[in-house]
Formats: sequence, C-alpha cells, structure tokens
Amino acid sequence: MKPAAFDYVRAESRRQVLELLAEYGQEARIIAGGQSLMAVLNMRLAQPKLLIDINQVDELAYIELRKDCLAVGAAVRQAQLLARPTLADEVPLLALAMPWIGHFQTRNRGTVCGSVAHADPSAELPLSLVTLGGEIVLESIKGKRVIKAAEFFQGILTTDKRADELVVEVRFPLKREGIIYRFQEIAMRHGDFAIVSLAACIGLDEVRLGVGGVADRPVMCSLPRGAALPDALNETAWSLDAQDDVHASAAYRRQLVRELGHRLIEGV
Amino acid sequence: MRVTAEQRFAVRLELNGRTREGLAEPRTQLCDFLRHDLGATGVHVGCEHGVCGACTVLVDGVAMRSCLMLAVQAHERRIETVESLADDDTLSDLQQAFRRNHALQCGFCTAGILMSCVDFLERQPDPSEAEVRDMLSGHLCRCTGYTGIVQAVLEVAAQRQTNEEV
Ligand SMILES: Cc1cc2nc3c(=O)[nH]c(=O)nc-3n(C[C@@H](O)[C@H](O)[C@H](O)COP(=O)(O)OP(=O)(O)OC[C@H]3O[C@@H](n4cnc5c(N)ncnc54)[C@H](O)[C@@H]3O)c2cc1C
Ligand code: FES
Ligand code: FES
Repeated sequence: MKPAAFDYVRAESRRQVLELLAEYGQEARIIAGGQSLMAVLNMRLAQPKLLIDINQVDELAYIELRKDCLAVGAAVRQAQLLARPTLADEVPLLALAMPWIGHFQTRNRGTVCGSVAHADPSAELPLSLVTLGGEIVLESIKGKRVIKAAEFFQGILTTDKRADELVVEVRFPLKREGIIYRFQEIAMRHGDFAIVSLAACIGLDEVRLGVGGVADRPVMCSLPRGAALPDALNETAWSLDAQDDVHASAAYRRQLVRELGHRLIEGV
Repeated sequence: MRVTAEQRFAVRLELNGRTREGLAEPRTQLCDFLRHDLGATGVHVGCEHGVCGACTVLVDGVAMRSCLMLAVQAHERRIETVESLADDDTLSDLQQAFRRNHALQCGFCTAGILMSCVDFLERQPDPSEAEVRDMLSGHLCRCTGYTGIVQAVLEVAAQRQTNEEV
C-alpha cells in the first residue's frame, strides 16, 4: 500500500525541528530511520500532515563518551553504534543485544533514538536502556528534560514524550567493574521481534534482569542469586501479565522467563 | 527543503553511475520512483513493509530497503541497483556464482539479495557460513531454501580471497 499524502521537510538543524514540532504538534511526525514509521505510513495506520526528516541534521549525529555514560544523538544509526570498535568495553550489553535488532539491512538505516521513541515492548534497545538504568533527553522549544528509562516507557508504543518533543539523545551507563553482562532472546527466526528477550547485569549477590516481549513495556527487576533465584524468577514471570498472541502463549512466555532467566544468570 | 503534499519535487540522484532526475511527490516510495520514473525495474517490490528484502538497493554504498525510504530522501544520493552489477553481457562474479549454485529459481528475491551481498562482502570479505546466514535473515526466498545462496556467497568470497593472493 502507499502512504496518504503529507508535506515533507528535510530539516537542517535541531532548532528547525523543534520549531516545526511546536507549530504542528500532533499533526507532525519525525522520520528518523523510517524502519518502523514507513511501514506504518504505507499501511496508513498513521496519516500525519507533516513529516520532519532528521536524517540530515548533522548536529544530532554524535556518539560521545562522557564520564558516566555513552551518549547517542538522534541521527545515529544502529549500524554506526554497533560498529564502534570500543563498544564492548564501554557498554558491553549493547554489543551483545544490538546484533539481535532486525537485520543488517534494517540496522543500516534504523536509528538508536528512533527505536527508543517507537517503544516496541520487544525491542532490544529500550530493554537495554531500562536494564542499565539509562536516561532519555527530550527537548522542545520550551527547553530540555532528562527522564529515566523506567519512567519513559509507559506501554505498547507509548512513552512519556509529548507531541512537541524530540528525543535528542539517549544515555547508556558505562560498564561497571565486577558486573557480568549477558543477553539472550527467543524469536521465530533471528531478526524477528522477540517472543522473550532477557538482559542481565550479574553481580556477586544480586542481579538486575530486564525482560522484553512479555509485559507491555521492558521491565527491570532485582533478583537474588543462589537458592532463592528460582522462586524469584517464578514471581517475576507471573508479575509481567504475559499475553497469548500468534507467536506464543502466555504460559510459554512465563516458562521462558523462568528457564532462560535461570540459565542466563547461573550460566548453565 | 520543503515540499508540500501537492507539489512534485525534482529528485536528482546518481543511479548506477549516471545522473538522473525525476519528479516525485513527498509520499512516493524510493522503490516506486526507481521502477516507474527511472526504469530500474530490477528493483522488486514484495511486501512494502521492510520484511522481504526484495527491494534492497545500495544508498551511498550501503544496503537498505527502498520501500522504507522516500524518493525525496534519495535526493543528491548515490543509488545502485541490480542493473549496476553486470558489465554489458558479462555477469559479475556474484551473479555467475548464483547461477552455478542454483541460488535462484523464480528470481524475485534475487536482485535484493545480490545488493545486500555486495555491501556485506565489502565489509566481511571472509565470512563464516553463520555470518552469511545472518545477513540472509533479512531476505525471504520462497524457492531455493537458501542453501544454494549460502554456497554462492561463500564461493565468491573464497574466489576473491584467492584472486587477491596472486
Ligand atoms: C524487517 C524488520 C525487522 C525489525 N526487527 C526489529 C527487532 O528485532 N528489534 C527492534 O528493536 N526493532 C526491529 N525493527 C525496527 C527497527 O529497525 C527500527 O529501526 C526502529 O524500531 C525505529 O527506528 P527508526 O530510526 O527506523 O525510526 P522511525 O521508523 O523513523 O520512527 C519510529 C517512530 O519513532 C518516532 N521517532 C523517531 N525518532 C525520533 C526522535 N528522535 N524523537 C522523537 N520521535 C522519534 C517517529 O516519529 C515514529 O513514530 C525491525 C524493522 C524491520 C523493517
Ligand atoms: S518490498 Fe521492501 S522489504 Fe519487502
Ligand atoms: S528465487 Fe524465487 S523467491 Fe527466491
């Protein structure tokens, strides 16, 4: 199918994007990589009046290593971040999780911030951000605000972002000493959306486990290690309100959280 | 650059080494523009939502879905389609390997797969079978079962490595 008609602006600067968002609000849509939005437009599930293209806004195409985080601007493609030679040292979880995002061909165009703004409950980048306790920087013409990932994601394709705001940057906390990072995912085929995806930051006595694809958003929980782990995983599995869909039953999803979670954490 | 819904924008791009121009509405997908306006009918359109990979082309040398791009976004970019591969009547090494290994039957998926392979082999001149299969996960082929395609890609990689050594 073909998109309904819209006006198109190839934005030159961040400022211009913010001004257009202020003027058009709900009627405008940002197009970043288009790897989710174009399908939505082609199927006419959305019919914006104005499309604001941020692909040429060079000031948003930065990856910056800061004191406590790796900051990624809105025009950075997934392939670009994944190809960063130092990524596995800086944010090991990203190096593990990102190869699971779609395919080589979609990562070549899809952006990091676009995936976060889109907020698919089974997407790898939102899951990584929530598990690591990362932040999202939102900006409108009125100013900037920084929000924790856990508060940003509010449901299926639903976030705390207001219609006049741009996701300008996401911040991934840097690797911490003594923590082991792991990622695992079950999908119908590699590159398909996850039935269940798990991201773990494993310390000596405690684990942060992020679960994607089960609840209506990525969820992070703290779990004990050792003998108490299986019960805690079971509780987590039930707390996520898993749903049946065409890909898998709710019971299967809960079982994956328990079983895969245990293997991921205890490394067996 | 601003184009209203009713306007036609003169998209100028480099297609397979030649400068080409055509008029496009903002909503025109790149795949349709390449096929209908510039005559590059080697670009195949299957699903129009990014899943099948048939429409894959190179944009500035990088493999992307042309159904998930707008024609206006390709303004002033370099586009390569399957038409760029053969040198007159001589098929490229990749195309020849596809033919030898029965890597195509109906050929609907092939144009997109070839373009992915061009970019992939640039970056991974010596890939493992697992890496080739990972790259191919971005394409659907309903005929071949992929085995011949994997063989063809590995064969070309090996061939190019040997050629480099001599
Ligand atoms: C075949 C296929 C398989 C895929 N598999 C996966 C997968 O396994 N895992 C996964 O996570 N994703 C997957 N995706 C989607 C992924 O490729 C997209 O890149 C991602 O979801 C959106 O990023 P984008 O840059 O393409 O954003 P777009 O498609 O351009 O935008 C998505 C939405 O976010 C908004 N938006 C984008 N950027 C901003 C911004 N900076 N500020 C405010 N709003 C913004 C847009 O308005 C739109 O509503 C797949 C896509 C395809 C086609
Ligand atoms: S037509 Fe573009 S991916 Fe199927
Ligand atoms: S050869 Fe027919 S779909 Fe691949």
